[in-house]
Amino acid sequence: MNPVNHANHSAGPLVNRLLLRLVELLQSRWKVIVVGIPFFWLLLFFLAPFIIVIKVSLAESIIASPPFSPLYERAEDGALSIRVIFENYSYLWEDDLYINSYINSVKIASVSTVCCLLIGYPMAYCIARSNPTTKNILLMLVILPFWTSFLLRVYAWMGLLADQGTINSLLIWLGVIDEPIRMLYSELAVYIGIVYSYLPFMILPLYANMEKLDVTLDEAAADLGAKPTIAFLTVTLPLTLPGIIAGSLLVFIPATGEFVIPDLLGGGNVLMIGRILSDEFNANSDWPLASAVAIVLLIVLVLPMVLYQRIQARERGNL
Amino acid sequence: MSQQTNDSHRPWLDGDAEPFIKIRNVTKKFGEFTAVDNIDLDIYKGELFSLLGGSGCGKTTLLRMLAGFEPPSSGTIYIDGVDMTDVPPYARPINMMFQSYALFPHMTVEQNVAYGLKRDKISKDEITRRVDEILSMVELSDFIKRKPHQLSGGQRQRVALARALVKRPKVLLLDEPLGALDKRLREQTQFELINIQDDLGVTFVVVTHDQEEAMTLSTRMAMMDAGKFQQIGTPAEVYEYPESRLVANFIGSANMFEGRVSQSGPDHVIVASKALGVEFNTEHTNSIIEGTKVWIAVRPEKITLSKMPLDAITNQLKGVVVDIGYNGKTSTYRIRISNDQIIEVSVPSQKRPKGDRQLIDWDEEIYLNWDQSNAVVLMK
Repeated sequence: MNPVNHANHSAGPLVNRLLLRLVELLQSRWKVIVVGIPFFWLLLFFLAPFIIVIKVSLAESIIASPPFSPLYERAEDGALSIRVIFENYSYLWEDDLYINSYINSVKIASVSTVCCLLIGYPMAYCIARSNPTTKNILLMLVILPFWTSFLLRVYAWMGLLADQGTINSLLIWLGVIDEPIRMLYSELAVYIGIVYSYLPFMILPLYANMEKLDVTLDEAAADLGAKPTIAFLTVTLPLTLPGIIAGSLLVFIPATGEFVIPDLLGGGNVLMIGRILSDEFNANSDWPLASAVAIVLLIVLVLPMVLYQRIQARERGNL
Repeated sequence: MSQQTNDSHRPWLDGDAEPFIKIRNVTKKFGEFTAVDNIDLDIYKGELFSLLGGSGCGKTTLLRMLAGFEPPSSGTIYIDGVDMTDVPPYARPINMMFQSYALFPHMTVEQNVAYGLKRDKISKDEITRRVDEILSMVELSDFIKRKPHQLSGGQRQRVALARALVKRPKVLLLDEPLGALDKRLREQTQFELINIQDDLGVTFVVVTHDQEEAMTLSTRMAMMDAGKFQQIGTPAEVYEYPESRLVANFIGSANMFEGRVSQSGPDHVIVASKALGVEFNTEHTNSIIEGTKVWIAVRPEKITLSKMPLDAITNQLKGVVVDIGYNGKTSTYRIRISNDQIIEVSVPSQKRPKGDRQLIDWDEEIYLNWDQSNAVVLMK
């Protein structure tokens, strides 16, 4: 006699039936439940705030609390009046400051992404091709900086790059230079900060991609007469392209909207859209304009993602 | 005249023939581990040579040294008279078919096969022509636009073969070429490989752990163990005249009887087995000092069974049938003899058993006999 069946018979019929019903529900609906929970989470904490931001971006800045005009009002006669203005968006086009900030942000993020790729690709390749013990240590070292606060690490760079900072003091002490080189509060400092901070985000997806790569493919290419450079260009590079794209997106997207690094390392000299947004929101208390800046930023960032997915879909169609 | 044609098929017997691949004093060490231990080997043009052995015997390392993926720790490899020591893999007149096939997953069948030709700066028309030609030879013309993951195992194997052959290498290396195929496909492909090799006259060097595969394919084979060659010869030589217990056991199976030489004549050796209390008379041309410990090896199919003892036969043992395995074309009998050793005997199924009565039954007392020419004396 099956012991489970036996227990079912002796338990209370109502509890039994409820439990049975629950198990049935879980069994038939588990896919819906598994997908549903994160879906609900995104709906509540991403989509809803996003709609609120859109709403604010269509309002007018006023001195009140909250500092923007309401979307709809009930007039004295009880009629509903909806007020939507697009001035915030048109203002972004009219003032060079915003357009320049967007362009500068995309430029800085692009150059940083390329730098991360150039530094990260050989690193990821070496990690993926090293023996298992070394591999784990190297991966650990890549992840290690995350154990310290991001903000602290950026502050540390301020100490390194300042006029009287570590690097300048060392160079003067060595007699390489007589006067400190100006590094902090420049675009260079922002590049250093972004490349340093986002390098792991480039290395990790590249590593994951390269780890799966069969070493014998390199040998096969060599065996068929391909010199190492040709073998790299015709075999390794095309096969690591998904890793390159994933890593580049992971660096480019947050770097474009980066606020802390340009603020701390770039000072007032480096225009980036993250800082403009923060200024509009905090210093100017212009919530509607800040919201419009945010929405346009989102469009700038979503565009390359959509393009990437198009390309991927087309490639899959080719298979 | 007929002698000459014979020799052209057996270049290793001709003292004047120049070997196509010469391996001289080659050793390969990985740290403390010696994978290949000071070996010499000659392989002649047009041979289909198999390197046979268990895993870790050094056969794959030797193949990788031929391809140029591993440099020898010491020693020299010559191919077609050229010292290969400083020649990188991409410049060697060798192509390899990898065990995993190593097809480029992002390229179509056509692109995979054309890859090697493109590296040689050959004209586009010529590339297309040669790719088409080789793909029709391996019967894959209908699949040129497919990618490797859209092919079956057998098709992938044929793409790998086509890719390795299309450059018309002087030597083709094959690493466990048929390992990933099922039995039917394997047997079919074995003969295809032999035909291709015959047609193109390329020298094949095959690494395999499958002794049947090696025997079917090879002109000669080398049995490797612990980085050294145990025996080199034609499949028939190695099977019929193994030089050690290791070879006798690895290639086919063999029954071994331990004993000491009691008499050594010009054409035979008599070996006394204390455990069995009998003497074995075996053909052997080299004399062995009396008292030397040797082993008599007899293949299962070389033993005959009889229900009654035969007269005047020295190589006769008595035993009890403990197991019968019916394989269709043969039956394998496992027979326990007086010292509890189990002897394997393979009997062809020439007669159909009548009714459910076996010719020889379980627990039956039986006599084993073999002719003195059918056993081998092994010194190690």
